[in-house]
Amino acid sequence: MLIEIAGLTKSYATREGLNVEALAPLSFTVREGEFLTIVGPSGCGKSTLLKIIAGTLRRSAGSVRLQGRAIDGPSRDIGMVFQSPVLLPWRTIEENVLLPIEIQRQDVRNHRARAADLFRLVGIEGFERKYPKELSGGMQQRVGIIRALIHDPAVLLLDEPFGALDAMTREHMNLELLRIWKDAGKTIILVTHSIPEAIFLADRVIVMSARPGRIAEVIEVDLTRPRRLDMINSDPFGDYVRRVRGHFGSHGGLDA
Amino acid sequence: MNEIAQALPATRNPTWLWAHRQWALSALIFVLFIGLWEGGVRLFDVPSLVLPPPSAVLKSLAASLSSGQLTRHIWATGLEVIGGFALGGGFGFLLGCLIGRFPILEQTIYPYVVAFQTVPKVALAPLIVIWFGFGLSSKIVTAATICFFPVIANTLVGLRVTPADQVEMMAAFTASRSQIFWKARLPHALPYIFAGLDIGVVLSVIGAIVGEFVGAQAGLGYMILQRQFTMDIAGVFAILVILSIFGMALHALMRWLQRKVVFWIHEDDDRIVGA
Ligand SMILES: Nc1ncnc2c1ncn2[C@@H]1O[C@H](COP(=O)(O)OP(=O)(O)OP(=O)(O)O)[C@@H](O)[C@H]1O
Ligand SMILES: [Mg+2]
Repeated sequence: MLIEIAGLTKSYATREGLNVEALAPLSFTVREGEFLTIVGPSGCGKSTLLKIIAGTLRRSAGSVRLQGRAIDGPSRDIGMVFQSPVLLPWRTIEENVLLPIEIQRQDVRNHRARAADLFRLVGIEGFERKYPKELSGGMQQRVGIIRALIHDPAVLLLDEPFGALDAMTREHMNLELLRIWKDAGKTIILVTHSIPEAIFLADRVIVMSARPGRIAEVIEVDLTRPRRLDMINSDPFGDYVRRVRGHFGSHGGLDA
Repeated sequence: MNEIAQALPATRNPTWLWAHRQWALSALIFVLFIGLWEGGVRLFDVPSLVLPPPSAVLKSLAASLSSGQLTRHIWATGLEVIGGFALGGGFGFLLGCLIGRFPILEQTIYPYVVAFQTVPKVALAPLIVIWFGFGLSSKIVTAATICFFPVIANTLVGLRVTPADQVEMMAAFTASRSQIFWKARLPHALPYIFAGLDIGVVLSVIGAIVGEFVGAQAGLGYMILQRQFTMDIAGVFAILVILSIFGMALHALMRWLQRKVVFWIHEDDDRIVGA
């Protein structure tokens, strides 16, 4: 198992001194090369979970292991994509993408070629010398994705990466992400609000319920690869959607 | 074509005068002010010992400049201002960075900085002259002590405004504290630091003049005292004009530098800012 999470809990101390329990004891594993999606209503602790795996947030109890080693801080084996692109406005797109290389004190020049490949992969070649605000939201989000890939991490974590995009761009980005996953052989954990997106991308879907966040069900998605957009209209796909939505009732706060 | 499209032409194509309206207006205000001053002084026959007309100030300014009488003093004050600004601004910036980088210093050193700031610097000037003599160095130190605080205070505020998501992003890519400082916090602080430097450079002019008032052998402040002594009031005004041109030039220089350095913050001409 690439990632093993056992008995993980998290409570936040609020300003009034009370503890907010964000994650109830949570256990699951992630296989190497797996595409795992996490879907759940707002506030159920999805970002919290991802931040703990990324090593930027302390857990309250339990253990998180990556390749057998306990995670107690950010790791070079992990690449993180945030809900908003979080680019540095004074850096060009290429400089933004190469930021992890710089931080990890690897040779920036040797990674230019890899950056160029990645720019081609997500279709924003020619924008390397531009600044973030010269790009559209969707383009910036792609920059965020290849920044997470540049140092070739084994695991890619994505926190609602396409939440701000329109439906068309979003479908396009989903296909691109699947292509990256297949080409680069990464393990991916992706958090989303969208039930169809969670099913379309995943080998397995973890359905979380609010609060404190618990695992309501883990669903193996048995649709053929490579996934095609027309599968969304197929009967098996509809069954999966109904099964996930069953956990949230009519007021689920999720995108169907 | 709907109404909004009519109200907002695709690109702006203003007349030359409209495009430069703030300049035109500002020039108009200047001319009006000078005209009122000149006219008022003549009309009410104000003695030029009290308030000389602008024409007399201009005459005195031209005379002092063409005779080269002021050259030495302009240089002296210029050096004091630049030296004081470099010393006080540089020190304020460096100490601000140190305190911002190592939070423990904020509790241990910064209270003393604030305590020092509560002492009126102008009141220190006589002591500074005693310690550093009547020459250049005492004025540089006076100017430095005055322009130091706005720079350090702004540096510290600027270092605090880094968006949390950027810090988290850097941390997720295994950045160290010092990498986060250099690659995110300091660039974010630059607009604030430049605001501090802009205030500081103007304050260092004040500092240099105060230093010269207390005791000097050269400089524009020294010349103000000399001319006051001989009741050359138009001459005093002429020096005030030079000083304000000096201050404006330094201010413009800082603005220009800020635009060059903080290039990623500039208003788009195409954006609609508000009705
Ligand atoms: N820094 C914090 N301090 C206190 N409570 C927090 C903090 N961050 C999150 N929480 C609480 O923890 C719970 C889970 O938050 P989290 O951001 O993980 O939710 P989420 O599932 O990512 O929601 P969304 O889908 O809206 O992004 C929420 O109830 C929130 O109020
Ligand atoms: Mg979230």
